Amino acid sequence: MAKIVAGVWTSHVPAIGAALDLGKTAEPYWQRVFGGYEKSKEWIAKVKPDVCIVVFNDHATAFSVDIVPTFALGCAAEFAPADEGWGPRPVPVVKGHPELAAHIAQSVIQDDFDLTVVNKMEVDHGLTVPLSLMFGQPKEWPCPIIPVAVNVVLFPPPSGKRCFNLGAAIRKAVESYPEDLRVVIFGTGGMSHQISGPRAGLINSDFDRAFLESLATDPSKATSIRHIEYMREAGAEGIEMVMWLVARGALSNNVEEVHRFYTVPASNTAVGHLILEDRDSAPSAMAAE
Amino acid sequence: MERQSKEYEDIPGTTVFDADQCRKGYGINMFCMSLLKADNREAFKKDEAGYLGPFNLTPEQTQAVLKRDWNGMLKQGGNIYFTAKLAATDGLSFQQVAAMMTGSTQQQYADMMLAGGRSPNGNRSKAEWANKNG
Ligand SMILES: [Fe+2]
Repeated sequence: MAKIVAGVWTSHVPAIGAALDLGKTAEPYWQRVFGGYEKSKEWIAKVKPDVCIVVFNDHATAFSVDIVPTFALGCAAEFAPADEGWGPRPVPVVKGHPELAAHIAQSVIQDDFDLTVVNKMEVDHGLTVPLSLMFGQPKEWPCPIIPVAVNVVLFPPPSGKRCFNLGAAIRKAVESYPEDLRVVIFGTGGMSHQISGPRAGLINSDFDRAFLESLATDPSKATSIRHIEYMREAGAEGIEMVMWLVARGALSNNVEEVHRFYTVPASNTAVGHLILEDRDSAPSAMAAE
Repeated sequence: MERQSKEYEDIPGTTVFDADQCRKGYGINMFCMSLLKADNREAFKKDEAGYLGPFNLTPEQTQAVLKRDWNGMLKQGGNIYFTAKLAATDGLSFQQVAAMMTGSTQQQYADMMLAGGRSPNGNRSKAEWANKNG
């Protein structure tokens, strides 16, 4: 039986990808950011997930304004890194897990979540930057990835509660998959940031820290945050944080914190990062020391 | 029938990209989307006004694009993740464009971010902005 053994949350700031790709990681500015992921890279190297489900948002790359799916599940065998205007990131092609993805579609759609099934999709920084932060710069990504794209570009995105419940439905789906797979789910985007208009540059560290604390200890606080509150308090684009709740809903209440990191800024954005292991799925301290 | 007012219109310095804005800015956003292809970026650079033709922009939208009025593009239905493609075509980073939209120099903006960013205090509502500036 497959199980979700841990959740990883991280910002997916494009400038982080650019810093990696352009070899700027040794600069003090970027050391401050990458330093927060050293422990995470060691952790995931020990966990060795068989599959990662990565919840992210497309930033007008695979989806234009012609069709905007609220929840899209990547069922393809592979997903190419997209050209977002600067040329594609020099990172490996993302290999999918079409069998598990198809199983998730079967289960979750019949569980009342109307996912859009996507069989061709290029993936942008929203998906590839978290992979780089966790896995570094390998020739191939170490495991198959199932992308779950959530619309946060066209208002309104799904509610926090809806995202959380989708996560729970994904957990149920994974747990009914017959193969023994250890799955790690990623929540990406955020934290507070605004990159549009005269209010650009907004950062709200108090809001971000409270959000991280809620994910770790009491997700009901985070799931009750309304869209207007995200946008007012954490910036118009800070609403990306709502996606983090999908991954939190995919874990049980019995979680143990492995790592937490927060720094301001990376380019325009606050960087937040959290790792929780699921003690219901992985009762023996799988990787925590 | 009167349109219901939207509570998020009270957020200062912000244009929320909803379905109304999306319809209004369809042409701008699809033009920006076309810039994901390197060939199109080259064609646009050679003849900007000519390239915009098939996208059926309003004259105001066309001017906003040609003059790189980044805030104007957003007001007229553009979305930042789309207009970022135009910024990339111009060789600008997200942070450079953000600085332009706030009316600061890139150095001022980068310094503000290093100092912790723009505080939410005084920036939550239009009333707060009116007090600050008036
Ligand atoms: Fe994002």
